[in-house]
Amino acid sequence: MDEISKVVRDYITREYVQEGDDREITETSPLISSGLVDSFSMVSLLRFLEKKYTIHIPDADATPEAFDTVERIVALVRRFQKAEVGSV
Amino acid sequence: MSFNEAVRNHYQAEIAGIKSTGLYKEERYIHSAQSPEIEVEFPTGSAIRKCINICSNNYLGLSNHPAVIAAAHAGLEARGYGMSSVRFICGTQDMHRELEKRLTKFLGTEDTLLFPSCMDANAGFFEACLNEHDVLIADRLVHASIVDGMRLSKAVQDTYKHSDMGHLEEKLVEHQDKRSRLVITDGVFSMDGDTAKLAEMVQLAEKHNAMVFVDDSHATGFIGKTGRGTHEHCSVFGKIDVITTTLGKALGGASGGCVSGRRELVEMCRQRARPYLFSNAVAPVIVAGALKVLELISATTEWRDKLEWNAHYWRGLLKGAGFDLKEGDTPIVPVMLYDAKLAQDFARDLFDEGVYAVGFFFPVVPKGQARIRTQVSAAHEKYHLDRAIEAFKKVGKKHGILGLGRKELVAKFAA
Repeated sequence: MDEISKVVRDYITREYVQEGDDREITETSPLISSGLVDSFSMVSLLRFLEKKYTIHIPDADATPEAFDTVERIVALVRRFQKAEVGSV
Repeated sequence: MSFNEAVRNHYQAEIAGIKSTGLYKEERYIHSAQSPEIEVEFPTGSAIRKCINICSNNYLGLSNHPAVIAAAHAGLEARGYGMSSVRFICGTQDMHRELEKRLTKFLGTEDTLLFPSCMDANAGFFEACLNEHDVLIADRLVHASIVDGMRLSKAVQDTYKHSDMGHLEEKLVEHQDKRSRLVITDGVFSMDGDTAKLAEMVQLAEKHNAMVFVDDSHATGFIGKTGRGTHEHCSVFGKIDVITTTLGKALGGASGGCVSGRRELVEMCRQRARPYLFSNAVAPVIVAGALKVLELISATTEWRDKLEWNAHYWRGLLKGAGFDLKEGDTPIVPVMLYDAKLAQDFARDLFDEGVYAVGFFFPVVPKGQARIRTQVSAAHEKYHLDRAIEAFKKVGKKHGILGLGRKELVAKFAA
């Protein structure tokens, strides 16, 4: 598992999973469509990723579909990391 | 574009999708006044049957109280049927202001503004009072109307884990760069029946320079020693900056809601809250009824005391029968089933046994948290609850769930 994936999984577990809920977050666990992360909570996740990786994810790309699994979130972060490098 | 065949097909497919996912909602026609025993036609066209109602918000049993009906009649005679105006054009009668003053006194706040509903109060407040310089920090289980209201506001939006004060404090620290912070919670959570930790919340708000907003719709009139609400129960009466609440539940159950709190915030709503500005004044008949309700419950605690006893008794009956309940001490007692289909089947079987209760499942509650939400009323007599528990036991036995905890229930219905 790569570093970004671990960071995202740890954050989601810490931030969204309630105490007593023993579910495990995998690369492909549905986050938004399962109701674990709602649209407001998604905003916290977006802010966390932008701060952590010094990137900017435009609203048009921050869709519930793009945030629905750890796998997709990692792909999104990578895409914008490249975009930031490209823009320098 | 006309409503052509393609458009019709689109909506028909949407509705079919709602049906196929088990989320289709159907009204059941009630042929009597709201009370613990109602006459229900369901499915539509079938014979009317008498049921025990264990799912209304008629907490104090005043929705059909003779004194409230008489006061409403008198109000109708004295001030007419409708206002045909929004409040600020020609829709404010003396009795609207009188009700706002009485609510202010009852809730222990500085001022109050009536709205057509608490849904409207929540939809209007955030946009009227906060902007992009501010942050809204909400409990993750707040009512849908708060979620909608927050979406309409330009303020930054964040959430904290349900009733997790450590997580809330992290968020308050994180957002110190904003001009103001507003902590948002339900007083009593409508789906779980638990009570917000208002004493700790007020302490945190003072420490981190934040305001506190409480939707007390499922508490006003009966939570707290004299029924003032969650703030009374948690000993922070007078310390909540904004309370929104409804006249549509314990306070007569007709319709109408309000924003009550700091004078300036209420005034901002009067100037800017769109549901207040652009919808009709609450009808005089409802204002008159609500004034009577406040008079009744300010003079005696007999209804809220009976409700407290009933809620305690009902919770004990369910627990004793072996149902898995959400912990709490309010009249909302959720019977946890976890599985959506089981919740639907259970509600249908209860109805066959003469008990009217409703199953709730995703998206109303989180996935895997399906339940029957039961709600007790002061109008219930002991024999209503004794009859209802017999039906619950019979249906519970049929599905083989009595005595099972969360893990066993989830495992049993996982396939």
